[in-house]
Amino acid sequence: MGRLSWRLATVAEVRPETGRVVTLALEVPGWDGHLPGQHVDVRLTAEDGYQAERAYSIGSAPDGSRGGPGDRQGGPPVSRIELTVERLEDGEVSPYLAGELRAGDQLELRGPVGGYFVWEPDRGGPLLLVAGGSGVVPLMAMLRQRAAAGSEVPARLLYSSRTFEDVIFREELERLEAAGDGLTVSHALTRAQPAGWAGYARRIDAAMLEEVGWRPGERPLAYVCGPTRLVEVVAGHLVALGHDPSRVRTERFGPTGVP
Amino acid sequence: MGGFVSRGFKGRRRAADDQATRLPPGQYAERGFPVLTAGPTPRIDLADWRLKIEGLVATPQEWTWEELQALPGSEFEGDIHCVTRWSKLGTSFAGVSVDTLLEAAEPLPAASHVVAFCYGGYTTNLPLDDLQGGKAWVVWQHEGDPLPAEHGGPARLLVPHLYFWKSAKWLAGLRLLDHDAPGFWESLGYHNRGDPWREERYWGD
Repeated sequence: MGRLSWRLATVAEVRPETGRVVTLALEVPGWDGHLPGQHVDVRLTAEDGYQAERAYSIGSAPDGSRGGPGDRQGGPPVSRIELTVERLEDGEVSPYLAGELRAGDQLELRGPVGGYFVWEPDRGGPLLLVAGGSGVVPLMAMLRQRAAAGSEVPARLLYSSRTFEDVIFREELERLEAAGDGLTVSHALTRAQPAGWAGYARRIDAAMLEEVGWRPGERPLAYVCGPTRLVEVVAGHLVALGHDPSRVRTERFGPTGVP
Repeated sequence: MGGFVSRGFKGRRRAADDQATRLPPGQYAERGFPVLTAGPTPRIDLADWRLKIEGLVATPQEWTWEELQALPGSEFEGDIHCVTRWSKLGTSFAGVSVDTLLEAAEPLPAASHVVAFCYGGYTTNLPLDDLQGGKAWVVWQHEGDPLPAEHGGPARLLVPHLYFWKSAKWLAGLRLLDHDAPGFWESLGYHNRGDPWREERYWGD
């Protein structure tokens, strides 16, 4: 495998998702495709040459035209990827990506990176996806690919957000669930809930995982992504409930928000 | 891609001069100690805990927790660098030098590489040279406190001159080989050696 070289992407669209989260649609000439769950490295360069690099998960599904079960023979190579970025007030790169960038700007990136926290429909299931905040982004790539491929691998998403307004991809998740192809979505709102809220109103705990998740005997493939504390707690509960640790994959965002 | 400038980007985390020379390319200084792991944190009972040295050695070794603590101690104070771009400057760990462990096991002349294997199944590979000569430790204290489980406790490998995924958490042992055998991340796109000063992050870097 050759070196992952830096590419110059062009911002095609900036789409607000929530008050603190935007999606950047990027045109990346020569993009070779990716697996759901992978990320890219982004590099910013100031006029004096100072550089800052961070990693961001890809939220879009791969194009499927590069071989594999979803191969679309003769289809055009898809050169667009989407990054969904949460603006961290004490961050250095995210306030630029989710505040300064606009359509037409250029951005250096390289990737895709990461070969473990990935899922494709042919890896089977059932799938248990657990997200905290912007940790939903790589899981969304998996769900989008699942839908695009017409997969009916049973999937359950348990997604913790602070408030209703902080739920990223809320309407799209509703549509995906309404398709009736075996996906269920459960939300937990930890800080405030709208009137009549029927979902969970607390942090994810063992009881919730038992209600929402699969039984250990069903041998789900679990993907857990979010802040370190949430991932640590959820992965620990899953193992304590009897799930096989080798089928629990985690991606943690440290104190700086860097995955 | 020389000459590219990100419109409107100024950068806020420029390191102070005394830090700048200690930061490898593409890294930034982080005050915290982020946790990055591919799976659940293993919980290991110290009564069952063992550390092994096996493979191409004259006398394979196995230490209990108490036996390891009784070995001559060694401390590291300096900088660590994670491939996800944070560096932690001026931190400290305490444990035992890998040199002490290897002296007990007596590597055979054919031994050239090492696979570190861990509770939970993680592995990472290193040239034997990277573990010898005062460059590597097995540690169970961080800045004076017991090493927390999420940071690799009871004990982790510490190889601070390489990216931190080489400093395997929940260490169970070292296997000496006469050939290289890529470990977990090394099989999944990350660089085989991982020298932060050469910015060896991924395959082909």
